[in-house]
Amino acid sequence: MDKENKEKKGFFAKLKEGLSKTKKNFTEQIENIIFAHRKIDDEFLEELEEILITSDMGVETTLDIIEYIKQEVKKNKVDDTGEIKNLIKKYLVEMLEKHKEVETDNTKQQVLLIVGVNGVGKTTSIGKIAYRLKNSGQKVIVAAADTFRAAAVEQLKEWCIRANVDIIASENGSDPGAVIFDAIQAAKARKSDILICDTAGRLHNKKNLMNELSKLFKILDKEFPEAKINVYLVIDATTGQNGIIQAKLFAETCQLDGLILTKLDGTAKGGIAFPIINELNIPIKYVGVGEKIDDLQPFDANDFVNAIFE
Amino acid sequence: MFENLSEKLQNTLQKLRGKGKLTEKDIEAAMKEVKMSLLEADVNYKVVKLFINNVKERSLGHDVMDSLTPGQQVVKIVHEELVKLMGEAESKLKFDPNNITYFMMCGLQGAGKTTATGKLAKKLKKDGKRPLLVAGDIYRPAAIKQLQVVGESVGVPVFEMGDKVSPVTIAKEAMKYALKHGNDVVIIDTAGRLHIDEELMDELVQIKETVKPTETLLLLDAMTGQDAVKVAETFNKYLEISGVILTKIDGDARGGAALSIRNVVDKPIKFVSTGEKLDQLEPFYPDRMASRILGMGDVLSIIEKAQNAFDEKQAVELEKKLRTNDFNLEDFLSQLQQMKNMGPLEDLLEMIPGVAGNKKLKDIKVDENQLKHTEAIIQSMTKKERMNPNIINGARRKRIAAGSGTSVQKVNQLLKQYDEMKKMMKKFSSMGKMGKKKGLGGLGGLGNFKMPF
Repeated sequence: MDKENKEKKGFFAKLKEGLSKTKKNFTEQIENIIFAHRKIDDEFLEELEEILITSDMGVETTLDIIEYIKQEVKKNKVDDTGEIKNLIKKYLVEMLEKHKEVETDNTKQQVLLIVGVNGVGKTTSIGKIAYRLKNSGQKVIVAAADTFRAAAVEQLKEWCIRANVDIIASENGSDPGAVIFDAIQAAKARKSDILICDTAGRLHNKKNLMNELSKLFKILDKEFPEAKINVYLVIDATTGQNGIIQAKLFAETCQLDGLILTKLDGTAKGGIAFPIINELNIPIKYVGVGEKIDDLQPFDANDFVNAIFE
Repeated sequence: MFENLSEKLQNTLQKLRGKGKLTEKDIEAAMKEVKMSLLEADVNYKVVKLFINNVKERSLGHDVMDSLTPGQQVVKIVHEELVKLMGEAESKLKFDPNNITYFMMCGLQGAGKTTATGKLAKKLKKDGKRPLLVAGDIYRPAAIKQLQVVGESVGVPVFEMGDKVSPVTIAKEAMKYALKHGNDVVIIDTAGRLHIDEELMDELVQIKETVKPTETLLLLDAMTGQDAVKVAETFNKYLEISGVILTKIDGDARGGAALSIRNVVDKPIKFVSTGEKLDQLEPFYPDRMASRILGMGDVLSIIEKAQNAFDEKQAVELEKKLRTNDFNLEDFLSQLQQMKNMGPLEDLLEMIPGVAGNKKLKDIKVDENQLKHTEAIIQSMTKKERMNPNIINGARRKRIAAGSGTSVQKVNQLLKQYDEMKKMMKKFSSMGKMGKKKGLGGLGGLGNFKMPF
């Protein structure tokens, strides 16, 4: 596909494109049931349960939705299964909109720290975010604080060349804290609008690695108190129920401000995002829908749910 | 959420105590719990349904053994069925006896292909092979460089042609290269790709047709959710995979995906990848995975680790010393060192599921430095002092403190601990005469680990 053409497409079209596989499956299935069952009965609800569970929403959220539907059915005397689609949609949008983001203070310099387990797409997401922000006229500096994984620094460097932003990097194996320190000095000196920090992938149950993360925050607090620090957790849309534990444990170490949901262009439905935002009360900031530099879009609850159902 | 299935079943089936047989209604209630538990472990919905039906049939009318509670009985059946489904034994890699053996690695983005490629190379090299790695990921920035770094650190050559040549051509050229340089195993790393990306899937098919690999391995993240089935199905449809490597198993995901893919594509899991270090690739044990999926923890792995680290002969000797109350600081030191062989204690704790997510347990922090200090103090003693700590007077304490870089207080503390330990052992040894236990010596507590069913 030629790039020019693709770039022109709006968020909605892109997300829809990315989610089309998801959507087709999900909606088709729901419609299938709706045709098969004219009445809302136990069998119908069980099939609905299957669809929701296979989206990785988890047992708890699914049962909540089923319970909600049952109540609505009773309250509003819904006896048409076709109404169900709208009910679920409404429920999901409400769930996402409960977590409206806080107004950010644009007068301050920003720091954005990206965290997550291994292989979720942190470095790629940073490349895309840097590109977006740069294009919106912000002065961006990127810090390559994943000094652990082989060639992570080179990977980020390549993204920064593509996005045409500055990068502060040291050698592989060096101290990530030192990289952050240098990056803060650079952000101050060059008066950047935002400093985006990559971090090494770490499993949330490795205490030492999580402690290392706390150390980075200490450095940020001490060296850059005037900046507004945001932390985004990256979650792979293919992740199952472990995503909730990941989010909880990362939230204990860092003050999480948002989620980035990646790899939504596959067949995974990313349903894990629902219990996560429900649990942590944080918004989804971006969704990743491909490997190209413009394949990351700001999240919009309505568009997201619409793209699933339309 | 992380409540153990066996506990849950215990609660559901409490009323059953004393009943002779499991009735249909009991099973129905139990199966609801099993279903939830499996779904929470990310086993695919359809697989769960099938599985539950199997277990239902098996448990119906099953005698409740005297030794087990009905809940335990059901867990036992569930566990057995899970193990059966997961494949009975460990599955080994196949090699081409006459020609160069080719392995092809494939999977989604971020599954851990490049890291696993390095680990496999290290393992093969250790087994006396002459592996060659092939950099077939021309898409992700710095993927080639990553493989080169990994290759270098395990001392295995990497064949690359930059990122402008098609991976199929790279594979072709790699075959010539391997022939010329006498490599006997070639591992081809490929770019991560979505299973629905037809163009890229076709590229894999072409690579496969070119090199005709003995093993086509699918890399799958242990944290994968319901989608694992589709991923495995599609990769298998295109490539006829020969096995699976399950990665990031050192996290605390219960890994139900393993069961799902086994069920859908019926291919063995050949290895599990257990960490970021390049020697952390281990064989797959179906029974352990079954326990893990049920949320009962990889207790067997912990016990095995303990067994590996503890020298059996030393343990027996130590036990004798304990019994005769002849335990000195020299023994204490050797025990400390054995404990260190087991790897970081926190790693061991993490292998117990629920620890990371458990509020009470997660703050348990093992201070490895403390161990180091203790070791240093004992090492700063003379042989005589170690054998007979009673002779350590003030002057000696000062010397030991200086020698170990600690303080006199620390030395005092250690000696006090040693005294208390000895007292405790005296008590134990008098108790031990009644019920003598062999094996793990100082870490005897581990021998008490019981499987929770």
